Amino acid sequence: MTTKLFGEPVRRREDARLISGQGRYLDDLGRHALAAAFVRSPHAHARITGIDVDAALEVDGLVAIYTWEDLPEGVREPLPLLIPHPALTHGRTAYPLAREVVRHVGEPIVMVVARDRYLAEDICSLIEVSYEFLKPVIGLEEAVSGAHLVHEDVPGNVGAHMVQEVPSADGRSALDAISAAPHTLSFRLDIERSASMPLEGKGVYARWDADDQSLRIYSSTQTSTSVRMALAAKLGLPLPKVEVIAPDVGGGFGVKIVHPWPEEVLVPWAARVLGQEVKWTEDRREHFIGSAHERAQVQHVQVGFDGAGRVLGLSVEILHDHGAYTHYGIIVPIITSTQLLGPYRIGAYRVEFSSIYTNTVQVTPYRGAGRPQAAFCMERTMDKIAQHLGLDRTEVRAANFIQPDQFPYDQGMIFQDGRPLIYDSGDYPESLRKLKDLIGWDDFPALRESARADGRRLGIGLGCYVEGTGVGPYEGGHIQITSDGRVHVSTGLTSQGQGHETVFAQIAATELGVPIERVSVVTGDTRRFGYAVGTFASRAAVMSGNAIALACRKVREKALRVAADALEADPRDLEITDGVVHVVGAPAASIPLATVAVLSNPLRYAFDEEAKRATQFATTGSMDRPPVSEGEEPGLEGKDYYSPTRSTFASGMHAAIVETDPDTAEIRILRYAVVHDCGKMINPMLVEGQIHGGVAQGVGGALYEKMVYDDHGQLLNASFMDFLMPYATEVPHIETDHLETPSPLNPLGIKGAGEAGVIPVSAVIAAAIEDAEGFPIDRMPISPSDLHALRRTGR
Amino acid sequence: MYDITLIVNGVPREARVPARRLLSDCLRHDLGLTGTHVGCEHGVCGACTVLLDGEPVRSCLTFAVTVDGREITTVEGLATGGRLSPVQRAFAECHGLQCGFCTPGFLCTTTAFLRENPAPTDEEVLEGISGNLCRCTGYQNIAKSVHRAAELLAEEPS
Repeated sequence: MTTKLFGEPVRRREDARLISGQGRYLDDLGRHALAAAFVRSPHAHARITGIDVDAALEVDGLVAIYTWEDLPEGVREPLPLLIPHPALTHGRTAYPLAREVVRHVGEPIVMVVARDRYLAEDICSLIEVSYEFLKPVIGLEEAVSGAHLVHEDVPGNVGAHMVQEVPSADGRSALDAISAAPHTLSFRLDIERSASMPLEGKGVYARWDADDQSLRIYSSTQTSTSVRMALAAKLGLPLPKVEVIAPDVGGGFGVKIVHPWPEEVLVPWAARVLGQEVKWTEDRREHFIGSAHERAQVQHVQVGFDGAGRVLGLSVEILHDHGAYTHYGIIVPIITSTQLLGPYRIGAYRVEFSSIYTNTVQVTPYRGAGRPQAAFCMERTMDKIAQHLGLDRTEVRAANFIQPDQFPYDQGMIFQDGRPLIYDSGDYPESLRKLKDLIGWDDFPALRESARADGRRLGIGLGCYVEGTGVGPYEGGHIQITSDGRVHVSTGLTSQGQGHETVFAQIAATELGVPIERVSVVTGDTRRFGYAVGTFASRAAVMSGNAIALACRKVREKALRVAADALEADPRDLEITDGVVHVVGAPAASIPLATVAVLSNPLRYAFDEEAKRATQFATTGSMDRPPVSEGEEPGLEGKDYYSPTRSTFASGMHAAIVETDPDTAEIRILRYAVVHDCGKMINPMLVEGQIHGGVAQGVGGALYEKMVYDDHGQLLNASFMDFLMPYATEVPHIETDHLETPSPLNPLGIKGAGEAGVIPVSAVIAAAIEDAEGFPIDRMPISPSDLHALRRTGR
Repeated sequence: MYDITLIVNGVPREARVPARRLLSDCLRHDLGLTGTHVGCEHGVCGACTVLLDGEPVRSCLTFAVTVDGREITTVEGLATGGRLSPVQRAFAECHGLQCGFCTPGFLCTTTAFLRENPAPTDEEVLEGISGNLCRCTGYQNIAKSVHRAAELLAEEPS
């Protein structure tokens, strides 16, 4: 293969349209569609006592108003609980429009359809909903007291409770190991809420074709195939009559994997009922109060360790704030529980979590999905052990690392995919060595001293993580080479900016030996590929990348078979270069893939010059065989699936140097270093981009972003003016280095990279601030005011 | 309703709009120029940035009727004669975008910024793009793109 593109920093094929205003995002479609808007609850917890639409009915341009009462069977039922789990004994999901009770500010109550969005919002403002107020349950401690309930039938507000225990090699429980340990510590950690906050909100646009009795839905989703199946079921339509397409999507970061959203059910239903196109585009306030948040946890930690800092026993009790509903199940606390162990061999481990309902927006995965909390817990623990023993923080980590010769390493738990938590490969000591070099760990004391001489306060911190990526169950790839020599690649999962069109084209071009310019890639379009799971958990490159590679190998094999017939050669003597099949060492004996595509499809009709070659009187095939041999199919195409036995585990380590202002408590990140290992890289430029973006979101979560709820359950900062996402001026220069430890689990040897950048950032920044200030930083994010307050309380 | 004429990307375009029609909505939905994106509708994210008589403005904070007769450049108008502008080329070359939703705002902002300051320092670049939010890139490659655009502009025949 001369067309080697795997591993190269190939420029993105998506960019030509996106930099010229030719992208097609959800709200760019359906210019003449009717617009939907929603009346949402202004109260966190209330019983609806009446809905008065009289004034609204007068507005010219009104098309329809719907409340829960108006919804038919199927549509009116609660949204599905997407990931059931035995520990989720009290799973609760919302109705698409509130039925009797609202449980968070922002819950939709009435849908309005009107000629345009301005009118739809006017009409919403004329609809009067009356309420009987119920006591809102806000804050984890308030919720666990159980004094007031979010759901009347969920005692103590506990949706799920789960304990996992991994005894030590000699059979001791974590609690026994801790009490027998030479040293013990116990402490509490807090992490607040943030959110995915893609620049494009959610949106859905539906077209009902009455003549064809079919429905086409465009949705800004991370899973078009699953939206399709959910909607066919809810609307009672035959699956082949429903198509779902994810167009260009303006960022996802987790929130768009949840489905079907209320609007995703209601808009298509209304389009069908009204016989007209209907579109809803989420505005920013709706996104804050009507989608999902993540991160909030309280963790109580006990740890026992020896004099070298080796952890003999670790027990963590987690209170996880789930918001009002558990639409996405308990994946986030499960990931926290299982990924907490990071790159370490822990003597014995016990983790217990309670998933708690509060009258706030539901909690579902946001990039990292429970791992930032896990890394915060484990890395703060490592730092506290080092502090207690007076050891260097990197030494304590090194003392606990799983060693390169210990893979595959079984952590003895069940991971989020329901499969054993077995790490496939990694080299943690080498990562740490690279990180120490990159940040200059050993030279830092001198730097600190010279800064101190200038009256400046510096600190350094580090954090490690292991990330299970590429979770199953499967993804597929379809390849078609057409008679013009073009290669059409499709896969069912969706894209939100990762560059899939580029990396999947790199894989196809490399596998098939064709110029990348001839390859086009379609993702997230159920017309092209109906079976898929979705884009989340850093899985797209691993899952669809391998599926596409496998499909390409099938097509290549077929191309060589057909070409071998035509060239009267042995397929084993053939190779493909620049889209031409030729005999190795005899370049003159060759046939272009375009011609192979023609020959692979025996024809009766010659619709063009090329096609003539495959017609029945032109071919020279054997008269003893049918034109399409047994086991073959017409056409140069192929499909395959990749379904892994279990996840593949990427890893990384970050370090930062921060400066804290002695007077103003301003926190500035002076340097930020990342060492990252995601196995073999398909496109290092894109991997770097993923890391950059993740770190920036991590910096946001560490220093700026939190969802501020008051006691009444009002989200006080539901706008970009008050929810502070980092601008260019807040994100430090990010220095990166890579390690490539291939995964033995998949044909391409790759691991996921999407979420990695965000995972350890809060832990790293907390450690660096703690190092600068000399007192524990156990609650993140931290603002200058928070730091100032900590200084005053003398901690 | 008001009849207005906007000179968009050099072409007079007529629209009939209510007084409250935002310029962003007028461009996107009345004129069909959907390259200008709306990320927050309260003037913070900068995705909707267009050039009004050459100066960057938030089209989500501008009523269409207030710019009747004025020159507006959107992302669709940055290329000239079918050739991408140096700023556009630089963003593609430096991987300065991921999902691409904020990109039109960054491209318009950068176009105006480099006209003011053709050879910015690192600090000036960060300052120049600090009114635009990006959730994907962590800004590293956007800053690189702005520097690269300055180089490409310097090479352009004036």
